[in-house]
Amino acid sequence: MKKELICINCPQGCNLEVEFDKEKILSVEGNNCKMGLTYAEEEVFHPVRMVTTTAAVMNGFIKLLPVKTSCPIDKSLTPNIVKEISKIKAEAPIRLGDIIIKNVLNTGADILATRTVKKNV
Amino acid sequence: MKKKVDAVIIGAGPAGMAAAVSLRENGIKNILLVDREPVAGGILQQCIHNGFGVHHFKEELTGPEYAERYIEQINKNKIDLWLDSCVIDIENNSKNSKTVVILSKERGISYITAKVVVLAMGCRERNRGNINIPGRRPAGIMTAGTAQKLVNIYGYLPGREVVILGSGDIGLIMARRMTWEGANVKAVIELQSYPGGLNRNIVQCLNDFNIPLYLSHTISNILGNNRIEAVEVSPLDENFEAIKSESFTLKCDTLLLSVGLIPENELSIKIGVKLDPVTRGACVDKNLMTNIPGIFSCGNVLQVHDLVDFVSEEAKNCGASAAKYINGKLEKSEEIPIRKGNLIRYVLPGKIEKGKPALLSLRPINPAENLYLVITTDTGVELFKRKYKNIFPSVMLRINIDIVPDDAEFIEIKFEK
Repeated sequence: MKKELICINCPQGCNLEVEFDKEKILSVEGNNCKMGLTYAEEEVFHPVRMVTTTAAVMNGFIKLLPVKTSCPIDKSLTPNIVKEISKIKAEAPIRLGDIIIKNVLNTGADILATRTVKKNV
Repeated sequence: MKKKVDAVIIGAGPAGMAAAVSLRENGIKNILLVDREPVAGGILQQCIHNGFGVHHFKEELTGPEYAERYIEQINKNKIDLWLDSCVIDIENNSKNSKTVVILSKERGISYITAKVVVLAMGCRERNRGNINIPGRRPAGIMTAGTAQKLVNIYGYLPGREVVILGSGDIGLIMARRMTWEGANVKAVIELQSYPGGLNRNIVQCLNDFNIPLYLSHTISNILGNNRIEAVEVSPLDENFEAIKSESFTLKCDTLLLSVGLIPENELSIKIGVKLDPVTRGACVDKNLMTNIPGIFSCGNVLQVHDLVDFVSEEAKNCGASAAKYINGKLEKSEEIPIRKGNLIRYVLPGKIEKGKPALLSLRPINPAENLYLVITTDTGVELFKRKYKNIFPSVMLRINIDIVPDDAEFIEIKFEK
């Protein structure tokens, strides 16, 4: 089977031509770097995406805490993860990189704070 | 308040912060960084998605993470940062003295005298008034960046049934963001025959959610009284005229505009900085100095960038030049102009120096395939040649020239088969 993909790993956005059978990738063309190969394999067999959204924060100098998944997760789960994060009320102070949810929905990924939020004094 | 410093930097976004750190690294102690917002970081703080820093930090960061890396450097270097402070005027006293007038709640009005001023005010979005969409003037029409601030900073969803005009990156990012937050994004409408944003954002922000992208279409009417109720979408002919007989209606309660960015140069114009009509940023030399000696410009106020990584790089170079100027060591050799050849929309800077290396930023006029970018001197020496499989106006190219020959009178840059 053949498929045309666009790599999303960096802003270059290489156009990939991927050939594959039921089990494995047979060939990838058009990638300018190694990340294209990994992307093609994942996108064909189990597509993954990063999730970036916000969680509510209490007692902070801002109302919303930006967060991200610690690694890309199963694409089909992205809406569920955004919903899960929307239930959270994080408490300031928070440091960039703090784990807000551990192993979110059993994906193996943590939800990490992407901004330092000082306490509102 | 009156105060004397070496450098005032206007804007504490990615450009201003990188310029400030670079000035300090080049030995300048007395620096003042000013921003009108309550926190540093500029627009990065509302860009909570990932994709920043791949070139500069060699890892993928979100906007706030990228900002925080520079905020840490500002703090570590003890650079004076005035927040909630708005620059309202700059006066050019002499070659080595400018007065910057700053208003803030905390300090009232301040007159800061500086040897150099670095303009790093960024850009702002084009709005409905800039593109003249016909129709009524109901609520619910805003720029994609305004919606981004409402959703990501204040926590309000500005609408539930959304149409986006323009396929710039902010519009695409907001299509995904609004969808994740529960809105129904009905379509993205693009005037050109190709998307304005990056390929990766078409995939992960539109295709992932089956949001249709109408290329060569525009919005030809806005309907609704108090709140927007629908837009009329029309395909365009080759002269960019709407084909009204083929138009269709999309119901919506919100219209987001992602139709380009304009460098925010009101302060620059006021003091007499000469602007380039294409980039709408300052005309600068190789050192990123404007026509007014001692006033420098970098980042999106100089030229609208696609990637923050290149903003940081440009601002770092700008800070280094500004430091040399303060120390009286900014030498200038003879300058020669760059001529724009086939398919070149703009090239920056417009002039380069003989016998020196040069870094050029440029954009093509149209998308095209399988072309060589060629840079030659009037004496016929080829300085650069590289093949490009695809070129897009939305993708800026950055080219290093090793050395500009001493005997050249001008250089020409063009795309050719």
